[in-house]
Amino acid sequence: MTRSEFRSYRSIALGLAWRTVHNAITQPNIVIPTLAFPFFFFVAFAGGLSQLQHLPGFDFKHGYTAFQFVFVMLQSAAFGGVFTGFGIARDFEYGFARRLMLAAPYRSALVVGYGLSAIVRWALVAAALTIAAFAVGMDVGGNGVALPGLYGLAVLVNMTALLWSAGIAMRLRTIQAGPAMQMPVFLALFFAPVYVPLTLLSGWIHAVATANPVTYFLEAGRSFVSGDTVHAGLAYGAAAALAVLFSVWAYRGLRSAEAAGG
Amino acid sequence: MSTTLSTTLGQIGDLARRSITRTLRQPSYVIPPLIFPTLLVAVNAAGLRPSTALEGFPTNSFLAFAIAVPFIQGALFSTMNAGTDLARDIQTGFLNRLALTPMRGSALLVGHMAGVMTLGLIQSLFYICFALAVGVRFEAGVGGAFVILALATTIAAAFGMLGAFLALRTGSGESIQATFPFLFVFLFISSMNTPRNLIAVHWFKVAATINPVSYLIEGVRSLVIVGWDETALLRAFAVALTIGAISIVLASHALGQRMART
Repeated sequence: MTRSEFRSYRSIALGLAWRTVHNAITQPNIVIPTLAFPFFFFVAFAGGLSQLQHLPGFDFKHGYTAFQFVFVMLQSAAFGGVFTGFGIARDFEYGFARRLMLAAPYRSALVVGYGLSAIVRWALVAAALTIAAFAVGMDVGGNGVALPGLYGLAVLVNMTALLWSAGIAMRLRTIQAGPAMQMPVFLALFFAPVYVPLTLLSGWIHAVATANPVTYFLEAGRSFVSGDTVHAGLAYGAAAALAVLFSVWAYRGLRSAEAAGG
Repeated sequence: MSTTLSTTLGQIGDLARRSITRTLRQPSYVIPPLIFPTLLVAVNAAGLRPSTALEGFPTNSFLAFAIAVPFIQGALFSTMNAGTDLARDIQTGFLNRLALTPMRGSALLVGHMAGVMTLGLIQSLFYICFALAVGVRFEAGVGGAFVILALATTIAAAFGMLGAFLALRTGSGESIQATFPFLFVFLFISSMNTPRNLIAVHWFKVAATINPVSYLIEGVRSLVIVGWDETALLRAFAVALTIGAISIVLASHALGQRMART
């Protein structure tokens, strides 16, 4: 790619990202669910279930608020990606994406643009959640040195969810595909040790959680909050592998949309 | 029977038939309230099973404890369904055309609730079958299951009337959809996952105690895990009927303004 081609590519990606972020932060029907859902979950789980930290075998040392903060942070990252996928589907349904595809010489820049907007959207939520968590006295180990590891992991989760949703949105090109984007992500998140550590789960949920990569994202995230790096390599590796896999999925979705004429 | 009464009953019958047909013809109204709450309860019950080891937890089956939640969550969907339907009638001008006829406002509101109540009954039967299939036994027996049906249908009607009020007030289906996160707040900040006496965080316990949804959940829950608990049942019916009564007053007032005849 020449320098001018790169500039053109960057201009498409940044232009689309700006438009998507602008829509996301100026429309109440998009802003409210994006911000409200992570807070509901944080308040409901950290507040209503805090007695679980007294269970025998509950070995997380930094309190239930920190334990749930990690889940809510990763969940907000995943749903930030999914909600951006809703926007892609809406753009296709209303014909905006068709015009974009006619105008953009490098169509993969569209996916990059949506990806950038998903990161910015999630970053706003993450900042608000972090402030709220510290405001209610969240305890962090190791002086918070390992905490950036959690945010890095969340960015990868955000990208993975966005690429998954983008693949669906570009294949089906209707907002009615929303449940198909949302439900698998929801299930993957909740088939993990959300409320208690993996060791306290039993039966089928333990077997499913053990095979679920989200379990290792949570365990690594919780170890970052504790100031450790348990399962960090495994979690980052799995998240990166999923992001690559869903990049292919999204790229093929883009080809499908192109073949259908947008 | 006076002519006025028989005319009103005829009008209610016509609108009720339309409401039921319209509701049951839409898979997007029928399927999500059946699938989503049962999926959520199954996932939560698996993840929160260790809660039953907490001292003072009222049962050793978390599924039995949590099975009340789908009945209330399903009823919350009624708010959306009833509101969206009525908002569509407003947006398409159907209500304006009705205003030209001798249709009574009370007939419109009561008839409109028929679809929601029918769906509420179907949902409740589905949840009872699901509960029995996964091994939950009702301590109050068969009679208790019938009381659950009556309570759940009453709750669905009460929340449906609330949805009708919101529709008449806003006249917009999109506004009704936007209320969904707020309805979820009531569900999450309640005793849905933990008995109120075991909630350790003070503000959460206070919020759950003043939240009417806690009493609706506890009414249904009492029939499953306790047996015949008159206090819990009276509270649940009282809360449902109060929500219904307030919503009827508000909806009637809003309807009067909406259907102002010239």
